[in-house]
Amino acid sequence: MDESWPSHRGLDSFDWGFVGIIVGLASLSIITLSSVTGPAAGHRWPIYWKQTVWFGLGSVAFLVMSAIGYQTLARWSYLLYGLGLLLLVVVMFFGQGARGAQRWIALGPIRLQPSEFVKIAVLLVLASHYSKQTQPGWWSRVLLPGLLAAPGFLLILKQPDLGTSLSFLSIYVTLLLAVGIKSKAFGVMILSALMIFPFVWGGLWSSLQLYQKERILSFVNPQYDLGGQGYQGLQSRIAVGSGELIGKGLHGGTQTQFQFLPEGHTDFIFAVFAEEWGFVGSVLLLGLFLALFVLGLDIAMRAKDLLGALLSVGLIGMLAFSTMVNVGMTVGLAPVVGIPLPLLSYGGSSTIMTMAALGLLFSVRRKRWVFRL
Amino acid sequence: MLAAVQRRFLFIKIGVILLTGLLILRLWQLQIRDGSHYRTLSQDNRTRSILIHPVRGLIYDRHGILLANSVPSFNLYVQLDDVPDRDALLRKLAELLSLDEQALRKTIRDEGRNMLVRLKQGLSLKEAAIVESHRLDLPGVEIHPEAQRNNPQGAYAAHVIGYVGAISEEQLAREEFQGLSRHSIIGQSGVERVYDRTLRGRAGSKLIEVNALGHEKRLLSVEKPHAGSDMYLTIDFRLQKLAEDVLGDHVGAIVALDPRTGATLALASRPSFDPNALSRGLSAEGWNAMRQNTRHPLMNRAIQGQYPPASTFKIILAAAVLETGIIDQTRTLPCAGAFRFGKRDYRDWKAGGHGAVNLPAALAQSCDVYFYRVGHLAGIETIAAAATQFGLGQLTGVDLPGEAAGIVPSPEWKRRARGEPWYPGETISVSIGQSYVMVTPLQMAKVIATIGNQGIARTPHVVRGIRERTSGRIEERMPSHPPSPVLHPDHLQGIQAALAKAVTDGTARRARSSTVAIAGKTGTAQVVALSATDGEDVPSKFRDHAWFVAYAPFERPRIALAVLVEHSGHGGSMAVPLAKRLIEAYMSYESDGEPRAPSPAPGFDQGALPHEGNRGNPLHG
Repeated sequence: MDESWPSHRGLDSFDWGFVGIIVGLASLSIITLSSVTGPAAGHRWPIYWKQTVWFGLGSVAFLVMSAIGYQTLARWSYLLYGLGLLLLVVVMFFGQGARGAQRWIALGPIRLQPSEFVKIAVLLVLASHYSKQTQPGWWSRVLLPGLLAAPGFLLILKQPDLGTSLSFLSIYVTLLLAVGIKSKAFGVMILSALMIFPFVWGGLWSSLQLYQKERILSFVNPQYDLGGQGYQGLQSRIAVGSGELIGKGLHGGTQTQFQFLPEGHTDFIFAVFAEEWGFVGSVLLLGLFLALFVLGLDIAMRAKDLLGALLSVGLIGMLAFSTMVNVGMTVGLAPVVGIPLPLLSYGGSSTIMTMAALGLLFSVRRKRWVFRL
Repeated sequence: MLAAVQRRFLFIKIGVILLTGLLILRLWQLQIRDGSHYRTLSQDNRTRSILIHPVRGLIYDRHGILLANSVPSFNLYVQLDDVPDRDALLRKLAELLSLDEQALRKTIRDEGRNMLVRLKQGLSLKEAAIVESHRLDLPGVEIHPEAQRNNPQGAYAAHVIGYVGAISEEQLAREEFQGLSRHSIIGQSGVERVYDRTLRGRAGSKLIEVNALGHEKRLLSVEKPHAGSDMYLTIDFRLQKLAEDVLGDHVGAIVALDPRTGATLALASRPSFDPNALSRGLSAEGWNAMRQNTRHPLMNRAIQGQYPPASTFKIILAAAVLETGIIDQTRTLPCAGAFRFGKRDYRDWKAGGHGAVNLPAALAQSCDVYFYRVGHLAGIETIAAAATQFGLGQLTGVDLPGEAAGIVPSPEWKRRARGEPWYPGETISVSIGQSYVMVTPLQMAKVIATIGNQGIARTPHVVRGIRERTSGRIEERMPSHPPSPVLHPDHLQGIQAALAKAVTDGTARRARSSTVAIAGKTGTAQVVALSATDGEDVPSKFRDHAWFVAYAPFERPRIALAVLVEHSGHGGSMAVPLAKRLIEAYMSYESDGEPRAPSPAPGFDQGALPHEGNRGNPLHG
């Protein structure tokens, strides 16, 4: 297995592939965001420009994380997680937010979303736990990790932020399945079930009456704008579908330009992209994501130690879950739960933390490379 | 352990690939298979079709005096679903425009089902400016500039012109109003109603691109509305105004026809109403007041009022007995003041009677006994047949809505309507136009016009021509003519001479004019069977209706008219002087230097029509 590892030079083709994908996605994010605000928007700081700044800061985070290395970070994981939980508590009492949810801490002009940070922290905690506790057993495999993850999950759910808490959960479940299942077949089944769950829910969802959907949604999240539910989903499908084969061209998306599409810069950015670039562009974008996940899983499969492997797979699991659910809800296969599309959606905290996580992944690859030297 | 865990990742990789494939499949579904469907939806999403109301056609009198046009009006609307705090908004509006807050609240309550409610019509420019400058404090408040029907002559000719109003739910369902929308304005009475389709024009529309807030971003296409056609009435407004003025506070009607064509020169009904108030939309109180008015101002008495024709009916009976040969013009019958039939004396209006009279004298003197006798000889069937020939008991076919047919009684009619047999004594009463016989002033005007026009009947009409707005082409409107009564020229001349004698030397002497020879017949209709005795004017309610029908000039009649004044006493004293004034006035119009050919059917070429210069319509063009 190790023989296939091609690395014996400092900057090989694999590095360029990995970095190239990230740069590609970031570029598409900025281009698409420029369409949401329009080329001649009167804002002093258009959001595509702000997003460029976030990517710049994210690149720094990427380099810092890959330099520090995952092993060092894992040693500090409990401290980082504790700090994250503290921030979540602070948010609960002093936070700011939109639509009745408290998600941010305001630090001057910058709004910090601690839940993004806590996702990385819990990944470090769980990966280091599993890497030390290799013995099978309910307590060490399921319950103790569950208890570790529970405070973060509940605090985020309480904000309320259904989307982030679900992707938080996806980290735990991915790691649990990666280490805890004896039978491969069973593992695949559970894993598939987890991955397919949103799509099954989507099918079930569309068979429900509007008032039933509203009831379920208001049960899950009382603050959600119920009146906008059907509207958002429909406008999103219209945006995607009307893109047809080659799209309406950059800044040509009428759904976006005339503000029919809500949250076009965050949760529904894929709809904006699909409207302007059509089926061809959408498949290319999904291809980029798939390449990122496959490369990420390659890193996990070739990691030198268990910690690195689990960190990598948990991270890819989280990113893949967010991507699939986000695109799924945009195309009407999953319920509208409010999960951003990694690297594409606008947002300072999520962009920087995603870049940091990818830095962590890169450090797993670098560790391997260092060993080879 | 590490290797075992890492082998498991392969399945995660496969799972991710499969899921990506699933998403691509879904994208194919949305973008390729159903792409054109969603493309259409996205087009519909951002485009909105807005109705552009057409400009309603203008209405002129026969000489081009403007009777109805459209003026711009700023109307205050509120879009209720955009209003966060209704109370605060109404308070603010009431304060800004000095309106009654309670009244505003009531308006909204009354229109509860609609989300777009009109709060006030006809805002002044200053008020509109006040609202616009407080726009941000008045969410949901909109000012719509709209065309408002305007009648510059006020209440004059109101019954002929009619008024307009928003289409009702019930009207919307009817075929004739197909293609109209809820907010369309249509004619609700008079010419406005009968010629609504012509006046209305065709609505246009514009396609605009809107954003999600409904704000217009770009104009995509415009289909211009087609303005309605203009109408020229046969009405001579000078005569119309005079007719209404001479009636004054009396309740009654005057119809003036051109006997040669049936063109209605004046059609007055009093009391009248202001169509401007109705077109602007009356308040509930206004409607109630109008409905409960015992003088019924909305009723067009000239075509809807049904009265006993009284002695004016003797013209028809005279024609009937002459044509059937029951009596000739020379034979005299005795009149001693009463005609005894059965156990009852049918009295003459003149105590002591007229002595021995022949038909022309009986007509000129309005001798009741003579007509009792010939009516009895003729019998009800003959009388009914003649009345029907003259067009009584049926619609004249005038181009106005709601015309009444009147009643020509006959044994067959009585059996059907009352379920009773005909009594011979009733024939005696019918002979002098009483009992069940009922006519409208327009019907009597048509009768006298037929006599004046050498026995040739013409269909009364109020519209002379229609001018198509865009082409300027004028289409003359001439209704088909009704069958004329059968009259031998000798008989006709005898009746005409008698009617002339009535004016020179008979019951209508007050119509004797130094300038024009007039022929006419008076009538005094007894008001019977007035059961209701409410109100303070009980005595006047029992007073007789006064009739006078006449034509002039005697040799070549150009005007025929019927005057009816309710509860005003004897026809000779009340109605006759009014008719004389109108006829003299009309004759003076014709000789005041206006070049008009006195042809049987007056020319209606373009040259005879006023130039379209001042149309008084600032909305157009």
